[in-house]
Amino acid sequence: MFLGQSLVSIVDLINKKKIDGKEVVKYFLKRIEKYNSKLKAYLTVNKSYKTNKSDKLVPIAVKDNFCTKGIRTTASSKLLENFIPPYESTVTKRLIDADSFILGKTNMDAWAHGSSTETSDFGSTKNPWDLTRSPGGSSGGSAAVVSSYLAPAAIGSETAGSIRQPAAWSGVIGLKPTYGRVSRYGLIAMGSSLDCPGPLTLTTEDAAFILQIIAGHDKFDATTVYKKIPNYVFKIKEKKKFVIGVTDEYLEGVDEEIKEAFYQLIKILKKLGHEIKKIKLLPPKYAISVYTIIQRAEVSSNLARYDGIRYANNRTFFGSEAKRRIMLGTYVLSYGYYDAYYKKAQKVRTLIIEDFKKVFKEVDMILAPTTPITALKLGEFEKYPFFGEMMDVLNEPAAIAGLCAINFPFGLTKKNNLPIGLQLIGRWFEEENILNLTSQIEKETDFLGVIEKGLKNYPD
Amino acid sequence: MSDYQPVIGLEIHVELKTSSKMFCQCLTNYFGKEPNTQVCPVCLGFPGTLPVPNKKAIDWTILIGKALNCKINNFSKFDRKHYFYPDLPKGYQISQYDQPIAKNGQLYLLIKNSKSKYQKEGSKLKITKKKFRIRRVHLEEDTGKLIHLKNETLVDFNRSGVPLVEIVTEPDFDNSDDVKIFLEELQVIIRYLGVSDADMEKGTMRMEPNISIISQKSKVKSQNLPDYKVEVKNINSFRFVKQAIDYEIKRQVEILKKGKQPIQETRGFDEKKGVTYSQRTKEEAYDYRYFPEPDIPPLVFNKDYVDSIKLVELPSQKIERYISQFKIRFDDAFILTRDKKVAEYFETIISKIKYQISKLSIKNQNYQQIIANFIINKKISTQLSVDEFINKLIENLKPKEMDKKLLSEAIDKVLKNNPKPIEDYKKGKINAIMFLVGQVMKEIEGKAEAKIVREEIERKI
Repeated sequence: MFLGQSLVSIVDLINKKKIDGKEVVKYFLKRIEKYNSKLKAYLTVNKSYKTNKSDKLVPIAVKDNFCTKGIRTTASSKLLENFIPPYESTVTKRLIDADSFILGKTNMDAWAHGSSTETSDFGSTKNPWDLTRSPGGSSGGSAAVVSSYLAPAAIGSETAGSIRQPAAWSGVIGLKPTYGRVSRYGLIAMGSSLDCPGPLTLTTEDAAFILQIIAGHDKFDATTVYKKIPNYVFKIKEKKKFVIGVTDEYLEGVDEEIKEAFYQLIKILKKLGHEIKKIKLLPPKYAISVYTIIQRAEVSSNLARYDGIRYANNRTFFGSEAKRRIMLGTYVLSYGYYDAYYKKAQKVRTLIIEDFKKVFKEVDMILAPTTPITALKLGEFEKYPFFGEMMDVLNEPAAIAGLCAINFPFGLTKKNNLPIGLQLIGRWFEEENILNLTSQIEKETDFLGVIEKGLKNYPD
Repeated sequence: MSDYQPVIGLEIHVELKTSSKMFCQCLTNYFGKEPNTQVCPVCLGFPGTLPVPNKKAIDWTILIGKALNCKINNFSKFDRKHYFYPDLPKGYQISQYDQPIAKNGQLYLLIKNSKSKYQKEGSKLKITKKKFRIRRVHLEEDTGKLIHLKNETLVDFNRSGVPLVEIVTEPDFDNSDDVKIFLEELQVIIRYLGVSDADMEKGTMRMEPNISIISQKSKVKSQNLPDYKVEVKNINSFRFVKQAIDYEIKRQVEILKKGKQPIQETRGFDEKKGVTYSQRTKEEAYDYRYFPEPDIPPLVFNKDYVDSIKLVELPSQKIERYISQFKIRFDDAFILTRDKKVAEYFETIISKIKYQISKLSIKNQNYQQIIANFIINKKISTQLSVDEFINKLIENLKPKEMDKKLLSEAIDKVLKNNPKPIEDYKKGKINAIMFLVGQVMKEIEGKAEAKIVREEIERKI
């Protein structure tokens, strides 16, 4: 009955007083009770709804790297195991101001370092489609709670792929807005020049709805821009035709079934009257080295504050992945190596941006697979150093360039019944266009039934 | 000493007195406040917090740069400077590395070429300008403060994030006197700009001299700088800067005389003993791992913006104007311009008194110099309002009517007690009479005009 209701429809029901917000929260808490021990998607569940002043409670899950005032925030690290922030992040503040109720904080890779949630100090989250597999990461908990309907929607964060990749593996929508569109204030920093909060949802409209709430300039984040925010919910309903770029560079090494889904969608898009255009882009592999250097450098700097003097545990509580990243980042920034690594990486980053600028003169957006493969078994990751970088290879160029991008599910693999994710990469600050086309695809194909099938595994 | 040429450069830190901190909205007036009461998640470096730069602090840094005749970079940025210390909450200080707000400036010091104190009124005085180059002026954030108790150390973060301007000179100094004059002038300029109290004792102005010695004996070309330098920290007065530099010069020359090379190091200054002591050597130097601060977009200043930040008249400009416009002595112009409030007070009196000049009984005398004298000698308190000051001045300058009998008695007394000057005067030493005039004036407590006294004495001798 209620299962699978979109966030927008819940808001509508609450606003029309057809349903009590507290009842909605109770419904989800009951589901969390039932399934979370199996999925390990929430680290902290917030049951304080009874004391909440407003009865307009729209439940939402939030990744555990957003500081939530009075609610424990760990970034999945034992270092912050008992850390209760004294302030509210801008994203959660805007959500709360818009009547949201934070259902709980979702599991992730510790400090967002990873693409599987396996680096979490509190154990990995299970993929709702197959409990022996990873939901992806780092926003794996957020993807899993949406996919299993332990929340109608969730907030994640992406540095390079951390929203889109878990959304792809867990079969939900994941929007990474343009860098600077959404405030990072209160988001525990990973790669500061890349980090970007965004929604994970069951419908395109929900993604647009949440972006509407969280987007916009923030006086606490100097990197947010003063750009006018379009009415996304309205804009996705416009009947627009786009020129869509596709490139072979993003198909190299991609699983055959994912490629099939990709070609199938191209046919549908043509049928809908969109123009498909072949483009040339720099191979995404260049983005890996650039991303690795810049992100590690920023990580080593951002984690320097955890000395245990003012709050939280001290640095002996860092896990091995964090330590590895601090070491590499420290190395690339050290005297005599800065020019060879960091500076060079920034130069190549500029080239990647220029490459996209050129392409976006010809096309409105780019269509590509989100991941080269579908969800891996838990434990597979340890076999590959730089696993995350490989899984996120198709996400990194857009992240490096600060572009907006969206993952949407498009069918299941025949061989193991796992969600396939495809993505649209849009121009800077043109979220409304990638949302619009995703919405068109949703209307035309219902994402080949992925979301509905996913929910069936988790009855009330 | 001529075989050994000191080379001295300065690093000066000035804490800006903006009302809020550099990157958050906490108050900056931490002095005397209870520890850790002026803090927030941002200046405590809490997870997820971000710095938002204080526009006023940036503008004031531009202003300092302009006052020091610097080029204002039209592109500037902040960088992270990493080091670990308990008073540094983020593990890095937000500073500026290769693109400071201002660079390549110079400060001219006005130095009088004559030491005569008996400069005649209105006569032209030659003032030489000595130039000291400014390498850069940049903006950063201050750290917290460690409080060392017997068995523990506490941290107070009230100061954490207070805007701090760093001014770096070229190594243009070769003696501690010039350094002291430079620093005093810089302090006056900073206070003129109204951007900082520049108080050494309160730590809102701090300085670190770099000292090394070129040995002429060694075959190094004299224009090359020595390949070491010694930085001295923890100095909190101008006097101590001079002491520390003099001590260092002596210490390093002694090492060089033994044919050895002083090592590159950071030394502290012990004000009780007046000596410097080793703190950190080059081997322990930090690698700060600078990189551009990703949380703050680059700063771009176009010409119009830089032009819109207006300088006030600086003390050296005032001195020159006082001398040329008011015809007052260099020394007096110098003293009057040390405190902007006093200078403004002086100028207000001058402009207001124009309308009452007839009330002043001064004949052919420079009234501006007279007013300057009254202020400098504190004959009339500058605490009074300008109008009150003028009234008192008029009163003071009223023609003095002296009881002729009393004057005559005083003169007789002085003449009786000073036979030698009288003799000198009679022998033709005209100036000797000035001594007698002075003595009489002293006797009558200045209650008569010197001219009249002189005439009376001349008549009596």
